[in-house]
This record gives sequence, C-alpha cells and structure tokens, in this order.
Amino acid sequence: MLTFLIRRLGYMLVTPALVSVLTFIIIQLPPGDYLSSMVAGLSAEGVQVNRAFVEGMRERYGPGEPFYVQYWKWISNILFYGDFGQSFEWNRPVATLIYERMGLTIVLSVSTLLFIWAVAFPIGIYSAIRRHSIGAHLATFVGFIGPAIPNFLIALVFMYLSFRYLGQSVGGLFSPEFENLPWSPAKVGDLISHLWIPVIVLGMAGTASLIRIMRANLLDELNKPYVVTAGAMGHPEHVLLLKYPVRVALNPFVSTVGWVLPGLVSGATITAIVLNLPTSGPMLLRSLLTRDMYLAGSFILLLSTLTVIGTLISDILLAWLDPRIRYS
Amino acid sequence: MASNTTPLLEISGLKTYFGTGNPIRAVDGVDLTIGDGETVCVVGESGCGKSMLARSILRIVSRPGNVVGGVMNFRRSDGTMVDLASLDPTGEEIRSVRGNEIAMIFREPMTSLGPVQTIGSQIMDAIRLHRKVGKREARDRAVEILRRVGMPRPEERLNAYPFQLSGGMRQRAMIAPALSCNPRLLIADEPTTALDVTTQAVILDLIKELQAESGMAVLFITHDLGVVAEIADNVAVMYLGRVVERSDVDGIFHDPKHPYTRGLLRSIPRLGIHVGEDLDTIEGMVPNPLNRPGGCSFHPRCREAVAGLCDKFDPRRTDLPDGSQVRCLLHEQVPSVVHLAGGRK
Repeated sequence: MLTFLIRRLGYMLVTPALVSVLTFIIIQLPPGDYLSSMVAGLSAEGVQVNRAFVEGMRERYGPGEPFYVQYWKWISNILFYGDFGQSFEWNRPVATLIYERMGLTIVLSVSTLLFIWAVAFPIGIYSAIRRHSIGAHLATFVGFIGPAIPNFLIALVFMYLSFRYLGQSVGGLFSPEFENLPWSPAKVGDLISHLWIPVIVLGMAGTASLIRIMRANLLDELNKPYVVTAGAMGHPEHVLLLKYPVRVALNPFVSTVGWVLPGLVSGATITAIVLNLPTSGPMLLRSLLTRDMYLAGSFILLLSTLTVIGTLISDILLAWLDPRIRYS
Repeated sequence: MASNTTPLLEISGLKTYFGTGNPIRAVDGVDLTIGDGETVCVVGESGCGKSMLARSILRIVSRPGNVVGGVMNFRRSDGTMVDLASLDPTGEEIRSVRGNEIAMIFREPMTSLGPVQTIGSQIMDAIRLHRKVGKREARDRAVEILRRVGMPRPEERLNAYPFQLSGGMRQRAMIAPALSCNPRLLIADEPTTALDVTTQAVILDLIKELQAESGMAVLFITHDLGVVAEIADNVAVMYLGRVVERSDVDGIFHDPKHPYTRGLLRSIPRLGIHVGEDLDTIEGMVPNPLNRPGGCSFHPRCREAVAGLCDKFDPRRTDLPDGSQVRCLLHEQVPSVVHLAGGRK
C-alpha cells in the first residue's frame, strides 16, 4: 500500500507540472504582453503611469525575457506566495477573485457528488436485485430521461417551480439580503436552502448514469459463484448482498470521484449562467472571451489540479477497497 | 455405517423447477437417502441436475428456480426432524442449517470465494454466523481449521486474499469455512473438477480424512467415476433430473442394472483394453430439458430400448432384491409392464 501511495503521488506531481507549462503557453498566446496592454489601457484612460510602478511590474512578470524565465517567475509566485497575477479586466489580483468563486464551486461540487451517491446507490442496488419490478423499470426510465434533458432546461423548470410554489428568490446561491453579508449561521442556512436546485440539476445526469452502472455491475456480480458460496454459509440475504457483491460492485462508484469533480467544475457553465451561480464556470468563460489571460490561465491550472486530486482520491479509495488493485 | 435410527437425510420425490407454465424440470422426482457418516456419490453427465439437487437441499436454488415438490427430512443435531423442502428459502430456520449443519463446497475455487475479503475474514464470518464467539476466538478457530485442511503457515494465510493463492490452496481455503461449524453433512459439488490430477488426489484424501475425523456424511457430486470408485459407499446415477439407478458402490461397478450406467462405465478409458479401438461412448447428447422425450427419457440414446415400450411408458422405480433401485422397464416385473401397457396410454 505504501509503495502504491508513493508511486501515485509521484505521478500526481508530474501531471500538474506539465499542465502548468501548457497553461503558461496559453497565457502567452495572445499578441502583446500583459504589461504593455495594461500601460496602454491606463494611458488611454488618461491615467499617468508611474515609472517606478512599471519597473516593479517588469521585474515581477519579466516580459521580453526568455520563456523559461517568465514561466519561472509566474509559477514560483503561485507556489510560494499564492500570487496568480493580476486580472486585466477586473483590475484586481486573480487570487482574490478565484478564492471567492472556487470555495462555492467546491461546496457545490461536493454536495452534488454526495447527492449523486446518496440517490444512485440505493436505487442502483434495488433495480439490480428486483430486476423486473415496476420500481426498477421506473428507475431505468428516469435513468435514460435524466441524461437526455439538457441541464439548463431542468434548471429553468425548477426555478419556475420554486418561485411559483415556494416563493423562493430565484437563482444564485444566496438571497439578496445575505449576498454581501459576512459569513454567519443564518447565511449558511440561506446557502443550504438555495443549494438544492443546482445540486439536483447538476446531479441529474450523473445520478442517472451511475444508477445504470451500479445496476449493471451488481447484476454481473450477483451471478458469480462466490455469492452462492456466501449464501450456502447461511448469511441473511441483505448482509450477504452488502458484504459480498455490493462491495465488489462499488468500484465504479468510487472511480466517479475522479471524473465528477472536474465535470461539475467545468461542465456546469451553462447551468451556472442560467441559475446565476457565483461559481467558477461563468467567470472562466468570461475571462476567455475577454482574453483576461492570467485569470483564465489560473482557472485552467486549478481545474486540472483538481482533476488530478480527484483522480488521486479515487485511486486511493479504490486501492483501499479492492486488494486486487493494491497488490498488482 | 448406516445407523439403526432414521437416516440423516431422506429425500423423496424432490422436484425443483425453473419457471412456471412449461417449466424446466431440473430435478424431477428424486429419491435419495444419506445415513450418518456415509458417502453418497451422485454421478451423471453435465446438465443432468446433480448440482441443482445439491443446491435444492440447501435451498439456494437461484430464482426463478424453486423447490416445488417432495420431502427432504433432515435430522437436526438436537434430534428433531425438519422437512427442508417446506422451509422458506430466505427464512431463519434454513439459514441456521446452512453452513452449520449442512455445509457445501463448490466446483470453482477460483471464483467461489469473495474476491475482496481475506480468507480469514470469510472463515471468521462463517464461524460467527452460527456460533456466539468473539473476534479473537473466531480467529483462533479459523487458524485451527486452516491447519486442519492442510494449509501451510495458517496464521499468515489468514490475511491472504483468494487471488494470492494457488488452485489447490484455494480449494483448501474453500473447504475451511464449510468445516468451520462441524457440519453433519458436507455437500461437495465437483470440488476437484477445476484442479490438476495430483491436487485432486490430495483434496480427495483430505475430505476422506476429515470425514473419518468428524464422522460427517458426504454427498459428493461428480461426473468422474474414478472419484466414485475411490470414495463412495453408495451411488446414485442421475439422468435428466431423475435418479435412474441407486446402489452400493460395488453394485454400480460390478453389476450395473441400468443401460445408462453401463454406458457410463463403458466410456471410461482403460489402459490395455480395446487397444486401437475408438472409445465407447453413449450416443447423442443429453436432450433439452424443455423438450423431454416421451416414455423413458433415456430411450433415444439407449441401446437396449424396446420399441413400442420404452418410447411409450415412463418406467417406475423398481426395488431389486439386492437392495438396489433402478428406473428401467427392463427390470420391471413383467406383470407390471403388461399392466402398464393395458392401463396407461
């Protein structure tokens, strides 16, 4: 297990490093360097640009210097000071912009993941062991309908329902009165009461496909001889199910952590725009449209790092769950 | 070895069908008796229902199959009789028999153990299911059982996963949980089929040894007549869900009554006999159980079939003077045949 962990951690460091180089290439792609455009922008607005300030910025970003020097300045500032550079459009440090959004994005993603698991696990098991029941057919039906309806459409329906029948403020993750208040228990409660719509909307497709995966896997496992063996030992049916076949069928469940996290963070952009969620998706889209390269680059870097972390977590969970992975 | 009291397990008219309407009759009216400490072998070709017979006894036939008729009287360790055929297959009473008084070992040691649990945890599960013991004591017992089945270094192997063991070791690990509660009947469903010949012999010896130690009865399912000759006291030959001949082991090998039994014996390869000739076989295949031949279900493949009789009349069980039983018109009393010809269509 220890060697497995070390090996995995090693891989985990290599991938983000490569991604960071790619990200920096993307940042550098638009013509002109960041500093000249900023100075030009400020002059155009009639602001006198302080010479010392420009010199300081030149020292900080090193435009005109070789690629690897610029890259090093960029990445070392991120790693050592958490400084992702300056957002051209917002005229604020990227770090502060991102932290606000990333926090809520992670809250939303994790809640959605938990929602997906909580719903897909029992329904998946149920539709496998009661294969021909009405409930199982219903689950299969929902399982196909779920991924087929575009998320933003479900989002609109839910917004209508919650506005019409629950009288809730629509969209966003907070009511207007809490929007700019500091964190308090009441604000957390407000967040939770708003969270369910995006969680259900975003989790719908994932839940549906996970139900089908769980069902298919469990059906395979149920026919294996070891289930009969366990039955012949005299286990009660539910203990037998949970202890043996479900344990084995759990693998794909755990692997989902790897792909659900980045999927939620990047794939939920349209839904986030429709629901007016203060998450990372809309800001990433906007920064790409306005060529706010330091902001866009930082998002890309963080998202890929999250993906790698998600994969790492799912790998570790898998190894913990399944000795065949651990020992080979 | 048969005791003078009632037999340990007495099966009569057992029927296990799959589906309703026109069901597959996997087990179709089987009679079988197993006495204390006795070894009974059930032989037959693939698909003759011998594994389903074994599973029916423990009531672990998978859906849509179910025991639909017959009686299986089992004498429990406290002396009370219970009809296994009448129990609810998911109920508490049958579960207290499974793995405890009747244990079963399976054909494929590669896949018959849970893949993600250690050997030890599976044995300990089996023990703690039927005995009120703590984890530590269950562990000690598991080590003891692994040692009994001849597992080298049992303390270490307790923490091994099935995929880390060789075939023979896995079969030993498979036998261990079955023995963990000292069953009075061990059902072995072709436990040596997936193993090489040397390992087969070792496992057979092991089962015989354990049987001698504990006095348990063994119901051994196999298609290997060599195995039968080595371990059986009594033999039941199955064809298409029915027992066509029942006899002690000498009777089967030296005086087989049913044409099917004789066919099986002829198809054993032997050194030095019939050199240069093709091996004798039973012609044809086991018929599709959904499309059972009329009359005696063996008649299309039988060399001794009598036209006009065997394709019309289903033979009844005939008890022969030497104590064996056979289902074949050739052995029915002539009056009975005449009676049949006149009485049934």
